[in-house]
Amino acid sequence: MNIVVMLKQTPDTESVIRIASNGKSIVADDLKWIINPYDEFALEAALRLKETHGGKVTLVSYGPQRVVEAIRTALAMGADDAVLIDDPLLAEGDLLSAVRGMAAAVKELSPDIICCGARAIDYDQAQRGAMMAEFLGWPHLALAVSLESDGVKVTIKRPIEGGIVTLEASLPALVTFGGSHSIWNPRYASLPGIMKAKKKPLATKSLTDLGLNPAEFGGNAAKILITALEPPPQRPSGRIINGDLDLEGKARELVRALHEEARVI
Amino acid sequence: MAKNVCVITEFRDGKFRRVSFEVASEGRRIADALGTQLSAIVIGSGVTEKALELGSYGVETVYVADEPALEQYLTETYVTVTAAIIKQCDPGVVILPASVNGKDLGARLAARLQVGLAQDCVEIQVDIGTIKAKWPIFAGKCFAWSSWTEGTIPFISCRPNVMDCLIPEEAKTPQVEMIQVPLPEARSRVQRVDLDTSGKIELTEANIIISGGRGMKEASNYAMLEDLAGLLGAAVGASRAAVDSGWRPHSDQVGQTGKVVNPNLYIAVGISGAIQHLAGMGSSKFIAAVNKDGDAPIFSKADYGIVDDLFQFIPVFTEEVRKYKASCS
Repeated sequence: MNIVVMLKQTPDTESVIRIASNGKSIVADDLKWIINPYDEFALEAALRLKETHGGKVTLVSYGPQRVVEAIRTALAMGADDAVLIDDPLLAEGDLLSAVRGMAAAVKELSPDIICCGARAIDYDQAQRGAMMAEFLGWPHLALAVSLESDGVKVTIKRPIEGGIVTLEASLPALVTFGGSHSIWNPRYASLPGIMKAKKKPLATKSLTDLGLNPAEFGGNAAKILITALEPPPQRPSGRIINGDLDLEGKARELVRALHEEARVI
Repeated sequence: MAKNVCVITEFRDGKFRRVSFEVASEGRRIADALGTQLSAIVIGSGVTEKALELGSYGVETVYVADEPALEQYLTETYVTVTAAIIKQCDPGVVILPASVNGKDLGARLAARLQVGLAQDCVEIQVDIGTIKAKWPIFAGKCFAWSSWTEGTIPFISCRPNVMDCLIPEEAKTPQVEMIQVPLPEARSRVQRVDLDTSGKIELTEANIIISGGRGMKEASNYAMLEDLAGLLGAAVGASRAAVDSGWRPHSDQVGQTGKVVNPNLYIAVGISGAIQHLAGMGSSKFIAAVNKDGDAPIFSKADYGIVDDLFQFIPVFTEEVRKYKASCS
């Protein structure tokens, strides 16, 4: 089975996020970077597919050279090779054009299945997978919390509000992954894996290398742009319902506050 | 007059999901700000009569695609029908729910129609006829404002439970346009749908949520939270630590790798308040926290904090809530 995993590098969950002086991007210098956790779930599912059906797992990513670190980690986990689209025009443009760029790279690989995180924990737009499926004209099974495939079709379970939907598609298909660490339990890179990863093929490509016209990318071609970032609204500082009261006193005061002040009960 | 505002609704199990009325209300507000009309898209099976309900939210025209094959949401069919209606409706702005299905539909529509989509928005502004939308990024540590370039239609999905549901004083009957679109040969299909019939309140739609974390110590202790939740009409959630420990199912997980919730009241019990968790509940209107560690980060987000042993406090609190509820009835 020829499997592609769309991989994004994101700042670590615990990172302190500071707004840059331009007011519309973040200070990236001192961030710790990780593989987007949902893409890690996608990679784990892809590696399990490969273990069952044979074949190979190719990573497709975009971004500057710092992304190589995330790619090497994923290669160490067991992916076979990788394509990184490193073109400044993708950083200036919108998501639609970034996915169009990646779609060109994916088409060259003719995969049977594409695995991708349902969201990325940075800008959290949950669009990559659905857009890629549209560019390829493929079915998209979204937000999988389980995956089964006999090599001809693929079946997933998808949690919706108040229920679970079981979806099935014939291959080729794209699956986006939801769930959590407890569901996917992504493997760690082994030491031999890390050694091997250094020698696995990684192709860096520009938009021109992919046969795309740079004029159709970048800020001028964008439909939507982030124009400003702002810090979250300050929550009014709360109060600790204090220690002089006994348990009942505290409980009574909390009920009173929730009813009279907050008016939520 | 500016082009109309179009909202995409969501229908399930014979009725509109509440988020449909939220996007309709928000759509009405935007249409008024732009001085234009509001239209809505209703897709499903047996939806035509119910579609008229949208009139009381200020919808002037409803586009209805009603046929048995549209009973269940399927990306391939829904995107084709929605795209065809949007072409006919020719809107200046499209607003849809950032529900599970809405996010999927919105992203695929954006690629098909070559438009820009802002997902999971919590605020929309009209600034001299120009639309801006805001959504949380980096686990809620920051917010992004986006704008659309000239000549493109803004597509905006709205986070459920955030936009106010307004009911205009006078309900009007909307004009109904029945739409028939040839459905594509889908390569995917819905094999089965298992709806939770236990009557459990869905976390993303709950007004009150009580969540337990690592401090709950074991699965059986959640019975205590279920009791309290029963009294308050609340849903019970969990932190990643509790789900990873196998105490609660993943469907109960609130946080970055879990559900994002927006209740009026969030009660965090035995939850320290890691960024992972705050990402899922930080925008709750009121937060109360119970934790025996007074230095737990959750207290910096909480409107009301109780520094005490949860196993002692929760039963006493439950009793006080019971008394309060009895005094109301």
